[in-house]
Amino acid sequence: MATLHTRSAARLMIAPSVLLLLAWMIVPLAMTIYFSLLRYNLLMPGMEEFAGLSNYTYFLTDPAFFQAIFNTLAIVLGVLFITVIGGIALSLLLDQPMFGQGIVRILVIAPFLIMPTVAALVWKNMFMNPVNGLFAWLAKLVGLQPFDFLANAPLFSIILIVAWQWLPFATLILLTALQSLDEEQKEAAQMDGAGAWSRFFYLVLPHLSRAITVVILIQTIFLLSVFAEILVTTNGGPGTQSTNLTFLVYAQALLQFDVGGASAGGIIAVILANIVAFFLMRMIGKTLEA
Amino acid sequence: MARNVSTRRKLAVTAVAWTIGILIFFPILWTFLTSFKTEAQAIASPPAFLFFDWTTENYFEVQSRSNYFKHFLNSVVVSFGSTLLGLIVAIPAAWAMAFAPTKRTKDVLMWMLSTKMMPPVGVLVPMYLMFRNSGLLDTRTGLVIVLTLINLPIIIWMLYTYFKEIPGEILEAARMDGASLSKEIIYVLTPMAIPGIASTLLLNIILAWNEAFWTLNLSAAKAAPLTAFIASYSSPEGLFYAKLSAASTMAIAPILILGWFSQKQLVRGLTFGAVK
Amino acid sequence: MGSITLKNVSKVFGAHAVIPSIDLDITDGEFVVFVGPSGCGKSTLLRLIAGLEDVSDGQIVIDGRNATELPPAKRGLSMVFQSYALYPHMSVRSNIAFPLKMAGEEKAVIDKKVADAARVLNLTDYLDRKPRQLSGGQRQRVAIGRAIVRQPEAFLFDEPLSNLDAALRVNMRLEISQLHQQLKTTMIYVTHDQVEAMTMADKIVVLNRGRIEQVGSPLELYHKPDNLFVAGFIGSPKMNFISGAPAAAYQAHTIGIRPEHLALSKEQGTWRGTVGVAEHLGSDTFLHVNADGIGTLTARVSGDFGVTHGDPVFLTPDVQRLHKFDDKGLAIR
Repeated sequence: MATLHTRSAARLMIAPSVLLLLAWMIVPLAMTIYFSLLRYNLLMPGMEEFAGLSNYTYFLTDPAFFQAIFNTLAIVLGVLFITVIGGIALSLLLDQPMFGQGIVRILVIAPFLIMPTVAALVWKNMFMNPVNGLFAWLAKLVGLQPFDFLANAPLFSIILIVAWQWLPFATLILLTALQSLDEEQKEAAQMDGAGAWSRFFYLVLPHLSRAITVVILIQTIFLLSVFAEILVTTNGGPGTQSTNLTFLVYAQALLQFDVGGASAGGIIAVILANIVAFFLMRMIGKTLEA
Repeated sequence: MARNVSTRRKLAVTAVAWTIGILIFFPILWTFLTSFKTEAQAIASPPAFLFFDWTTENYFEVQSRSNYFKHFLNSVVVSFGSTLLGLIVAIPAAWAMAFAPTKRTKDVLMWMLSTKMMPPVGVLVPMYLMFRNSGLLDTRTGLVIVLTLINLPIIIWMLYTYFKEIPGEILEAARMDGASLSKEIIYVLTPMAIPGIASTLLLNIILAWNEAFWTLNLSAAKAAPLTAFIASYSSPEGLFYAKLSAASTMAIAPILILGWFSQKQLVRGLTFGAVK
Repeated sequence: MGSITLKNVSKVFGAHAVIPSIDLDITDGEFVVFVGPSGCGKSTLLRLIAGLEDVSDGQIVIDGRNATELPPAKRGLSMVFQSYALYPHMSVRSNIAFPLKMAGEEKAVIDKKVADAARVLNLTDYLDRKPRQLSGGQRQRVAIGRAIVRQPEAFLFDEPLSNLDAALRVNMRLEISQLHQQLKTTMIYVTHDQVEAMTMADKIVVLNRGRIEQVGSPLELYHKPDNLFVAGFIGSPKMNFISGAPAAAYQAHTIGIRPEHLALSKEQGTWRGTVGVAEHLGSDTFLHVNADGIGTLTARVSGDFGVTHGDPVFLTPDVQRLHKFDDKGLAIR
């Protein structure tokens, strides 16, 4: 609580941020909605005309669209699954006393600092390449046929690359949370006769729930719009096997110059993201309040 | 006896943790090593780990082929510029929300974060057209504007959680001591919040440095930061692993080193106040 | 000159009236203590006077000047906060100098005033330390130093001793009282601890649920509480309250008798009971007696009074010092 004076100053100080974000949200979005109702191709300037909902019907009946929705969700859920489970395991490991913990932390945090284009290129060429990649060499070493990851399992490969980038984030946040667990609580549980497993399930996991929520929220925000990894590895292919919604709209807009169609796809992406966001925000709001 | 067992356990944990750490780090290490090989050695089978003829020619080649320093400078300008601009807008807003909260503050914060949920493709087309029509396409100014906007919610949110930890009584004491609002922010709040501001700054520089949707779509040659510079290596031309590695190493090294030095602040900032 | 007058002051948060309406006169140089249970509005009242909160209605007059609309800095008041609210990034010297710097004083003047304050408060050796390097008592003194350098019209203290341990609290209580005698400046002191109120105040304002229950000197409140609330709040251990038939015998709805005004005997007396718990303090013993047909009564006896759990005893109230209350809880005089 504060005085009238500070409250009016506060309104003034918050105004620029709110106005900027409001403009950022409304202006382009309104334009997208407008474009989505037009037949509008950059290759045919001056030919714009009102097209009703035909762009939407075009998008919604496109089989690539459903593939893209599936792929988007697969990437989000797949990466979340790997990073949350892996992050919990890894943070429990790093929380143990060991030699050189600081160096291990440095090693583990590194992938998070790598730009997506680099990560994707390194994995694509130097590891997953069926001829010259390290995985191919390893396969040959044990007498197996090299596997062409990006051609035969493109979505899985992308999930793997993205999970590698986000595992450090999950690990470090969960590790910080673990380290904030009250030592006396653990000792009390030990006195109460709780074994390692029950300590984990009844003490550690509930304590981590806030951190896990944060991990899920932040990662979902970024994972819904994975783009660079797809662009430099598979270009959405083969066919549309690794095209997510972001990439589909990008292709429609900047490769086929179909502004109307891409806008309709963008609006659909926004609606889907809002559905996800709605549930996420409710979950976060509840957890962060406590 | 007990001490012996715990040392053995510690050694076992150390072995496992180091193995996993090195495995996770390996792609980066491998990239680094490959950047010093010749192209032939880079794809040799079996691969050479350390015993090869170290050469730095790839680095010179990359620089001469695509002018690394220009893109590096673009990355620096865009990431630092957008972060500083964001901080200037965000500090007053975070102050307002942390120290003069109203019933709607929580909703405003949630709303701000929810703007991050909007997929960039939803506004790609109009942004692209607006940028093209206003001459912002492929300019550093344009990229700074967009990255400021997309990272603003995160900056505000992070600062807010840091400011929340500063007891309001101290600011009230300053008010009683005769400090005006601007003096209160300059002499009392900002110095106390330096650690929080620093980690906000770091995290957002990293996010902006690595941002690869807008930078790829809104820049071409002139303003292209390192993300786009690297993407230009995605279509192979002959033997190129060593050069790709050299380019990659150059693109990630600055931020990797920055991140390593500041990992403590970074992690604390990333938890968004959910973990104390 | 630091007289402060509250006229019809009220504070409403949303639909909840924290302070319905208060009138109060504080004369220059007085040591006034606002005391009451937590949530009674005493801190809010102090913050209204400080200007850290707006009044919803009414007027605050400081030194004859209407200060209702003035920002905190313009009211000429200093405040010591419960958490001390020292600036952690500044040395003790800069902390004490901060209000002077904000007032635009010259450096030489600031240095002299800070040195004087430090001498008075025994802080001279600590001027270059940071607050985190100080003990609780020293931090408290820095907060006071920061308050006195401005030579304010009045000092406001918001539960300043509640973060100190018991022994230090007694010391600081004394130091603040001595400071008041030296400076003779008006002080308003908020606490929930009636012992602090009794020992320090010239005038005590007892607050309950945002209303003033009674204003008076410590002994007035002790001897002549206006109502049940004040009677129960002031004095330790608490006054015993008895209602029903024993009270009707004195033509009252409720009667109150302090533990120190109950005479104990092993042979005879007005009320009969058995000893429950005996708390031995050495000089005194507090006996909790289960009196037949009345309930538990607390009585203070000399430390040598030899009874133990289960012993029968007789209690006799000092009729001169019996407090009588009507069915609304107001004192019958």
